[in-house]
Amino acid sequence: MKAGSNRIEAVVTDVVAVNELVKRFHFERPDGGILPTFSGGAHIVVEMRDDGRTRLNPYSLMSSPLDTRDYTISVRRDDVGRGGSLFMHSRVKPGQSMVISNPVNLFSLDLRAKKHLMIAGGIGITPFVAQTSQLAGEGGNFELHYSCRSDALATYADVLKQRHGRRIHVYRDDHDEKLDLPRLLAGQPLGTHLYVCGPAGMITWVRNTAAAAGWPAETVHYEHFAAPQPGKPFDVTLAVSGIGIRVGEHESLLEAIEAAGLDPPYLCRGGVCGQCETNVISSDGKFLHNDHWLSEEEHRSGCKIMPCVSRFEGKSLVLER
Amino acid sequence: MAMLSRPVYGILSPQTGKNHLLIADAEGAAAILDLAKKTSPDFFAAAEVMFVPGPDGGKYVEALKALVPGRLYEGPSIAAAMPRLRQIFGAAHMGLRLYVAGTESLIGQVVQAASEAGIEHASIQTEHRGSWARRVQCVHCKGITENVTTQPVKCSHCGLLLLVRDHYSRRYAAFQGVCINAEDPSEIPPTEEMFR
Repeated sequence: MKAGSNRIEAVVTDVVAVNELVKRFHFERPDGGILPTFSGGAHIVVEMRDDGRTRLNPYSLMSSPLDTRDYTISVRRDDVGRGGSLFMHSRVKPGQSMVISNPVNLFSLDLRAKKHLMIAGGIGITPFVAQTSQLAGEGGNFELHYSCRSDALATYADVLKQRHGRRIHVYRDDHDEKLDLPRLLAGQPLGTHLYVCGPAGMITWVRNTAAAAGWPAETVHYEHFAAPQPGKPFDVTLAVSGIGIRVGEHESLLEAIEAAGLDPPYLCRGGVCGQCETNVISSDGKFLHNDHWLSEEEHRSGCKIMPCVSRFEGKSLVLER
Repeated sequence: MAMLSRPVYGILSPQTGKNHLLIADAEGAAAILDLAKKTSPDFFAAAEVMFVPGPDGGKYVEALKALVPGRLYEGPSIAAAMPRLRQIFGAAHMGLRLYVAGTESLIGQVVQAASEAGIEHASIQTEHRGSWARRVQCVHCKGITENVTTQPVKCSHCGLLLLVRDHYSRRYAAFQGVCINAEDPSEIPPTEEMFR
């Protein structure tokens, strides 16, 4: 089986400006047929044809898993990012044909839980929009705590409150509202699972606070797609294919491997899923690991790299690819 | 290789938690006493100990009292302790950590009740002490036979002669027993003491 190769031809049926930073995109099949089933927390990878360059970015599905005639994602514009969100905001129009991947879920609900406690920060709200729809349809027990900058940037807070009422709690930075996490965690019934999606700092804060409060690691779920960081260009030898490549400043190692005509496996392109894990045959230099997949020990060993988000600085790097 | 469903037990070690529930039967008390050598001074003040001494465990009661746990319950049997355990789970909050030590039957039944309460089984500290006697479910009549030490064993409910398998069910907290002479009931294999 080759992961990530199941591409779906889709049509953009609608583009909605939600607020000054976020746009929502609706995808359907050209024939209006049903799209593949997914569960709340799943993401798709959207292919962007950007002037001869292909961008592949993961976005969480936020439409209801109970209705797959349409897939919906929301994209926050990042003016200093690598350009994927700017492409979505400026170049994608209703009626346009695009290719998306099958949904993959690396942030699924544990349905054995007695209660689901969700913590969202900013655009990290999107997987929870799908998960709350799924749980509400099944009569599930959940509570969502959502931190945002202001009312104007409280993306979907109104929709969620309308749908789920008192299960939704919103904290606005500009009103000095702050989630009292230790107190919230202390009051949760046995059998509660915790989910967090948002900025990296928030995920670390929630995970550490939960661990200190005695929450077993198995009950704490998080998702953070690391965007590939730019860096100094570097050269890589792909030993199996017998070719040398150069990874550009704004390009990821995975993208450079793909640009050379190879088709390595991937699912998330954000350092989470582990699919693109690659063995290092030899290296002379420093690894810049940015993934959440390899252990610290593996990072130190210099024997493996996640080409979707990690880079290298030094004289030579030979990969088993 | 052992069957994948065969439970694997560890050695009790202190976990970060708001409070702690420790459950033991018979020799399992010794595992709690060993754990006490590794805990912080305030650990037992936030702990409840539930102990089922059985015929041979009475000698541990004073030592458990000396740990000065927040609460100490002493029960006549595992069955008698289970309703209390379920009541504790029903009222508990996240931050409660669970430790079980003793026979496979006790560990299995506590893990089963904990799973029903939504506790992830991998988060439970378990340590086997004492008898390896098995709790067996007859797959034919579904009856449970406790304290099985022989292979094969007669089902205490329907009377079939059962082969006790290593196939363990967390949901039933029991090993699976399958009729050993279904094709020829007159064939009676010798009975051996296997699980001590």
